[in-house]
Amino acid sequence: MYLGEASGLPLGAATRDAFGDALKELGATNDRLVTVDGDVGNSTRTEPFALAYPDRAFNVGIAESNMVSVAGGLAACGKVPVVASFACFLLDNAFDQIRMSVAFPQMNVKLVGSHAGISIGEDGPSQMGIEDVALACSLPGVTVVVPSDAACTQAATKACMELDGPTYLRVGRGKVATVYPDGCDFELGKAITVRDGGDATIIANGLMVPGALDAAKMLEADGISCRVIDLHTIKPIDRDAIAAAAKETGAIVVAEEHLHHGGLGSAVAQVVAETAPVPMGFVNVGDQYAESGDPQGLLDKYGLTGAAVAEAVKQAHGRK
Amino acid sequence: MPELSLDGLKSKATTIRELIIRITTEAGSGHPTSSLSATEVVTALYFGGFMSYDPKKPNDPNRDRFILSKGHACPVLYSAMAEAGYFTTDDIMTLRKLGSPWEGHPNMRRLPGIEASTGSLGQGLSIGIGHALAGKMDGKDYHTYVMMGDGEMGEGQVWEAIAAAEKYKLGNLTAIIDQNGYQQTGATKEVLDLTKFQPKFEAFGWHVQTINGNDMETVVAALKTAKGVTDQPTCIVSQTQKGYPVVPLLEAEGDPNYHGKPFSPELAEKAIAMIG
Repeated sequence: MYLGEASGLPLGAATRDAFGDALKELGATNDRLVTVDGDVGNSTRTEPFALAYPDRAFNVGIAESNMVSVAGGLAACGKVPVVASFACFLLDNAFDQIRMSVAFPQMNVKLVGSHAGISIGEDGPSQMGIEDVALACSLPGVTVVVPSDAACTQAATKACMELDGPTYLRVGRGKVATVYPDGCDFELGKAITVRDGGDATIIANGLMVPGALDAAKMLEADGISCRVIDLHTIKPIDRDAIAAAAKETGAIVVAEEHLHHGGLGSAVAQVVAETAPVPMGFVNVGDQYAESGDPQGLLDKYGLTGAAVAEAVKQAHGRK
Repeated sequence: MPELSLDGLKSKATTIRELIIRITTEAGSGHPTSSLSATEVVTALYFGGFMSYDPKKPNDPNRDRFILSKGHACPVLYSAMAEAGYFTTDDIMTLRKLGSPWEGHPNMRRLPGIEASTGSLGQGLSIGIGHALAGKMDGKDYHTYVMMGDGEMGEGQVWEAIAAAEKYKLGNLTAIIDQNGYQQTGATKEVLDLTKFQPKFEAFGWHVQTINGNDMETVVAALKTAKGVTDQPTCIVSQTQKGYPVVPLLEAEGDPNYHGKPFSPELAEKAIAMIG
């Protein structure tokens, strides 16, 4: 059972596919857009852009450090370089290049990490970007976005390309549930309340947004009315939405497909602590590496399920 | 674009060397010797008619680019740029002081005319490739020069960039290795011996010249040759002396490397007298 299925959400496209489609479309009207690839364009889905605009696509080989700094140079000349690789190879391998060639000089480079999270499945932990959000958020001036579904990703891609500044967009490998069947009213830094409720709030991003909706539905039986917020932009974070949720619902659970430290949970907790301290719970991969396996089996084993989120809500709610 | 005579360039190099020593001694820290070794090349680039630039229009899209990948040698860059009119020699006396944009390593967000924020070694050549690719895409004929240190060549990213520059036949890109023979803890040959750069770059498909980088006439000739190569990236292995031409003074101090140390006021005066 995929995340969101219990809520009746249909399965949609993978967010990497939505990114690739949006990028190709944007390429038609923005001739400053270029791609710099580390030979995984057919995985990250920059390939459709590269095939459509070969003069604006550079595959520098399996050389992520060079890839990122080349993009920094292109940006210094007015180009809008999109640098896509697996989240782990981009953020972890080329972190200092992102720091010095992109973030510190505030270059207008669009970083895209695909195959994020444990749901990539069988390829195993070496390919799983589960610390990428922490790394990206640590860099001053970098906007960090984790969209939940295809429509959200298309809108997020467009918003990132239009922003004048460095961005990190995280996308996933597998198909995910459709949260926004009628299109996503997306604004960078502005949380989306996808379900209202008064007893507790689940703040999620990525594929844990459908997981949060599943949890909210389960909690109906327990008489707990749950608000669900899609906090797609982690940086800059929507402080008002978080503070309001804390004040109005009194308990917050954060769900994400990321390590325990430094991701959405940490970011939300800082805002809650500063604005309206309430009981909190955290659903994530924990402080560990995962393993190879089928994507759904991994999500179940590592506790990224609607049931796990519902349980965390009950505990936080019980501490109110 | 100033184009000084050979004697004019030598005189300008002397002025720049004096500035390097004065600003680092005033700062009480920094890398005078790594700057002194590179002075002929940087002087020739800015004043020998090789780089087209206008200090009043530092973002002119048609300007030639100089990226100092060995960012710790920024005293030579700041001094040359002060002489070129980007800022004043008084300005750069604030080197490394709190509030000064003349930071310990170049910060492009704070200083017009600085092409890249460097200091984490190994990234400048890749950034230069970005500039060179953009130039080709836009049909512009500017040239991009990147200066690296010989110790910096230990960074793996440099070799990724060397391969990529060949792939894209970047005839508008010139890498200069300031091979001054020393890095932080000792002789580059002893730390990590990559020093036979000519055959390595040739194997990667680059045009390569190995020269005496502290001889102005040779430097000018090599830069001319490099500019004439348009179908492949070019490399100048600029063999220099760290601290040139005051190495005897450093040897007398018992440290010919003299890495990352300013000269004392006394040593600075002796050095300036020797240069002049």
